Amino acid sequence: MNGGDEVAAAPAGPPQSLDWKFSQVFGERTAGEEVQEVDIISAIEFDKTGDHLATGDRGGRVVLFERTDTKDHGVPRRDLERMEYPIGRHPEFRYKTEFQSHEPEFDYLKSLEIEEKINKIRWCQTANGALFLLSTNDKTIKFWKVQEKKVKKISDMNLDPSKAVGNGSIASSSTPKHCLANGGSPDRSYNYLGNDFSFPPGGLPSLRLPVVTSQETNLVARCRRVYAHAHDYHINSVSNNSDGETFISADDLRINLWNLEISNQSFNIVDVKPANMEDLTEVITSAEFHPTHCNTLAYSSSKGSIRVIDLRQSALCDSHAKLFEEPEAPGSRSFFTEIIASISDIKFARDGRYILSRDYMTLKLWDINMDSGPVATFQVHEYLRPKLCDLYENDSIFDKFECCLSGDGLRVATGSYSNLFRVFGCAPGSTEATTLEASKNPMRRQVQTPSRPSRSLSSITRVVRRGAENPGVDANGNAFDFTTKLLHLAWHPTENSIACAAANSLYMYYA
Amino acid sequence: MAMIDEPLYPIAVLIDELKNEDIQLRLNSIRRLSTIARALGEERTRKELIPFLSENNDDDDEVLLAMAEELGVFIPYVGGVQYANVLLPPLETLCTVEETCVREKAVESLCRIGAQMMEQDLVESFIPLVKRLAAGEWFTARVSSCGLFRIAYPSAPEALKTELRAIYSQLCQDDMPMVRRSAATNLGNFAATIEAPHLKVDIMSMFDDLTQDDQDSVRLLAVEGCAALGKLLEPQDCAAHILPVIVNFSQDKSWRVRYMVANQLYEVCEAVGPEPTRSDLVPAYVCLLRDNEAEVRIAAAGKVTKFCRILNPELAIQHILPCVKELSTDSSQHVRSALASVIMGMAPVLGKDATIEQLLPIFLSLLKDEFPDVRLNIISKLDQVNQVIGIDLLSQSLLPAIVELAEDRHWRVRLAIIEYIPLLASQLGVGFFDDKLGALCMQWLKDKVYSIRDAAANNVKRLAEEFGPDWAMQHIVPQVLDMINNPHYLHRMTILHSISLLAPVMGSDITCSKLLPVVINASKDRVPNIKFNVAKVLQSLILIVDQSVVEKKIRPCLVELSEDPDVDVRFFASQALESSNQKKMPAPVTCFSNHNQTNS
Repeated sequence: MNGGDEVAAAPAGPPQSLDWKFSQVFGERTAGEEVQEVDIISAIEFDKTGDHLATGDRGGRVVLFERTDTKDHGVPRRDLERMEYPIGRHPEFRYKTEFQSHEPEFDYLKSLEIEEKINKIRWCQTANGALFLLSTNDKTIKFWKVQEKKVKKISDMNLDPSKAVGNGSIASSSTPKHCLANGGSPDRSYNYLGNDFSFPPGGLPSLRLPVVTSQETNLVARCRRVYAHAHDYHINSVSNNSDGETFISADDLRINLWNLEISNQSFNIVDVKPANMEDLTEVITSAEFHPTHCNTLAYSSSKGSIRVIDLRQSALCDSHAKLFEEPEAPGSRSFFTEIIASISDIKFARDGRYILSRDYMTLKLWDINMDSGPVATFQVHEYLRPKLCDLYENDSIFDKFECCLSGDGLRVATGSYSNLFRVFGCAPGSTEATTLEASKNPMRRQVQTPSRPSRSLSSITRVVRRGAENPGVDANGNAFDFTTKLLHLAWHPTENSIACAAANSLYMYYA
Repeated sequence: MAMIDEPLYPIAVLIDELKNEDIQLRLNSIRRLSTIARALGEERTRKELIPFLSENNDDDDEVLLAMAEELGVFIPYVGGVQYANVLLPPLETLCTVEETCVREKAVESLCRIGAQMMEQDLVESFIPLVKRLAAGEWFTARVSSCGLFRIAYPSAPEALKTELRAIYSQLCQDDMPMVRRSAATNLGNFAATIEAPHLKVDIMSMFDDLTQDDQDSVRLLAVEGCAALGKLLEPQDCAAHILPVIVNFSQDKSWRVRYMVANQLYEVCEAVGPEPTRSDLVPAYVCLLRDNEAEVRIAAAGKVTKFCRILNPELAIQHILPCVKELSTDSSQHVRSALASVIMGMAPVLGKDATIEQLLPIFLSLLKDEFPDVRLNIISKLDQVNQVIGIDLLSQSLLPAIVELAEDRHWRVRLAIIEYIPLLASQLGVGFFDDKLGALCMQWLKDKVYSIRDAAANNVKRLAEEFGPDWAMQHIVPQVLDMINNPHYLHRMTILHSISLLAPVMGSDITCSKLLPVVINASKDRVPNIKFNVAKVLQSLILIVDQSVVEKKIRPCLVELSEDPDVDVRFFASQALESSNQKKMPAPVTCFSNHNQTNS
């Protein structure tokens, strides 16, 4: 696809390095096929159990996948939760359903077009076998319920439907489902059913109840709530609270707190909008709730800082509880310093102790208890540093790459250009740094130089900086394709499995 | 397909539409479920309709909600209380659905049914249902179960009671915060059914668990339960168990918890009695009044009067009043506004001397607040302070405040003060009003915002009611009628509106002699909008004036208008004419009959 240099598979790295294998692809592009803009994937998210995966695309659609290798229907949910997955199997998914979540709109007051592109998807608590998720575009968040519904075939009606044509409701039952319209919404006919209408004590034997005969099921997605008109700027994140009751939505300047059940009011909890917009120097780029502490939330900024706030402190959280930023290395400042410092994504590790952040050139791992600097920094594509000027000119420097952590917190991953993504080990002493390509042969482009800690500030804080990979892969800059960027990826919550999006294709890998 | 007799047709349609594609029709049928049940008879309702509904559990939430509600009152249709248990299965299913409002309604209906069921049925079917839900696979069932214990518990045999308490305790420690929240919410009403010895042991330990929950939302609800729980306990037990918790909560890290405490504290005071209130709760409350978070101060300030009513005046003056003084100059306008809305109520509590000495300066400073809501809130409660110290001490500051509000550039502020003018008039008396406020009332009739003009017209009417027609004849009517010549047609319309409001108050005599001529004159206006409003006003006057006047003055005018070139004028004129024809019946009933006696 990209005609990159083939590099022989690297010699086996450190023992704990994972051996990634291709698992599945959905929506693979055939040779020469042009990618439709609307099909490009713009969000990926696993649910908490890892049994479901959702993707959103620029066309406003949400596609759901379900895991097939552990499907075992008779087992009660509580047992399923305790069950260890049998070793040797890797997660496999199949297409479950899709629905149109957002449509393009036009804001007449501001003369702005509102794209239908899905910016984020978040799964909510499952209940009764129905799946719930939040999806958002730039302005509007929607709460979806996806549920199996019985397709009913009704028989044994009191009235012959063919005789009820006169009432005109047959024409309206254009649905392909074979439900019989029973004719009529004759409101006036109820008139002679006043409360004094007397029935014989034993009832009327000639009346009968309709009988439902067919029991096929059918997945139906219903929009349960729409949380609109609360954001003046573009929403970049939504995140659920561990209390199962509230969530936040963040745009460039504000973060709002919602109750899932109430769609007509939200509370502004962070507002960084200056009184005069000319004083604006910093915007919010991403926000996430702590996975277990209901009162803690983190948000990142375009200046490369992460703020952790405590919702208990005050109603409007103008002052942060903790600030994480890396002091600028003296003398290294250039025109691009500020641009590439902008954090495009943050994620809490599952235990809530660490925060992973992605800026343009690096992945950084922060210990929530240490605000002096990151505990580890991983160079994602250091070989691009000389090309920052080109990247600036074609706007690629503003690409927003996502990042993710493995469920065990031992590894982190993020995307790059040419459909590449990188996986780093972040356990103490790990030197794992793998490059994979989103294709059926992920190791094709692998350049696994046993990465060396290039700068060790202190042995106590185990600050390591590694992953600066050999730029020799592409001596000629052409081989790197800035248009094929891998922005979105997600790590399975319990297994070593990664789902990533290359344009309109969803690739799944396992190790 | 059966053929249905003609009279049964509607009921047959109703039944068939239980399964219609169109949700509106299904909803309609579900809402008429009792009719269907009566048509089927009790036995078939039990054996066919209820099982049919039990299967109908994947319908849209709106339908399920209606079904949950209908089933709650279904006992008569299944054959009375002895068959009530057949209603449990469909409601049990509804208790497990995902939508909160459906579950809540199902729980409510179950409680309603359970309250009527016979003891034996409760033990045989209701209690097992509660246990099944509490052990439910999904959190939705467990959430619902919490609300049912209060019905299940009282009729359970001793062993079962122990089990139910144990189950509830489990629910208080459920993995899911939703379940713990539901347990916290329902703890108070469950506790109300529990015997005193268990109350102190079992319930208090559950309460302790909930108050230490790491989810703020659970602790919040536990605070809410404090007062209810406290009232169940003996004052000394309450002081021993609830008091430390609430004092602790008042220093909670989370402002939302402190906010809840601020809202609830006075109720706890009632439960623990005066001594612990003085020693523990007053200091806690003082802390809340000085909290860092404005939201907490707002809640605390809003309860200051209720709290003071519980205390004796000395304590209030000694401890609370200094805080009130601070709050009156709080940096947050919302705090000052909350304080202003209740502070007048402190006057009766503190008595005349303390009010004059301590509260009056605060009133006066709040009356000069830069934020209009604060001033408005003071003015709206003027009557409370008037009873204690009289209005004179305030009136000096009152007038500038009113004038400033009356001219505020935000129309909503002007609107708010207009609403209080009749209250002010009654408190301040005719004399004060004539001197200072009369001109303002006329000025509002010419406001550039419609809502203000509309409210001003209403205000004129209410003043006339307050001070009587004679006064109005002198001080309002001439001024209002003068304005009918205003060059702006919208202002002329306001005057017509005022006239139609004033007429019933002024009575037939004045209406005929003063108001009617003005209206008749306005029918010559060059603006059609005025003319058809004249027709509308005349229509309203028909009911007030004498029949002869209608014939002599109103009808001719309407006849003329009904030939107007403008279609709207003709329409309203003919409508008014029609109602004048109907009036040929005996004298109209008006509430101002005393004025009617003078004419004819």
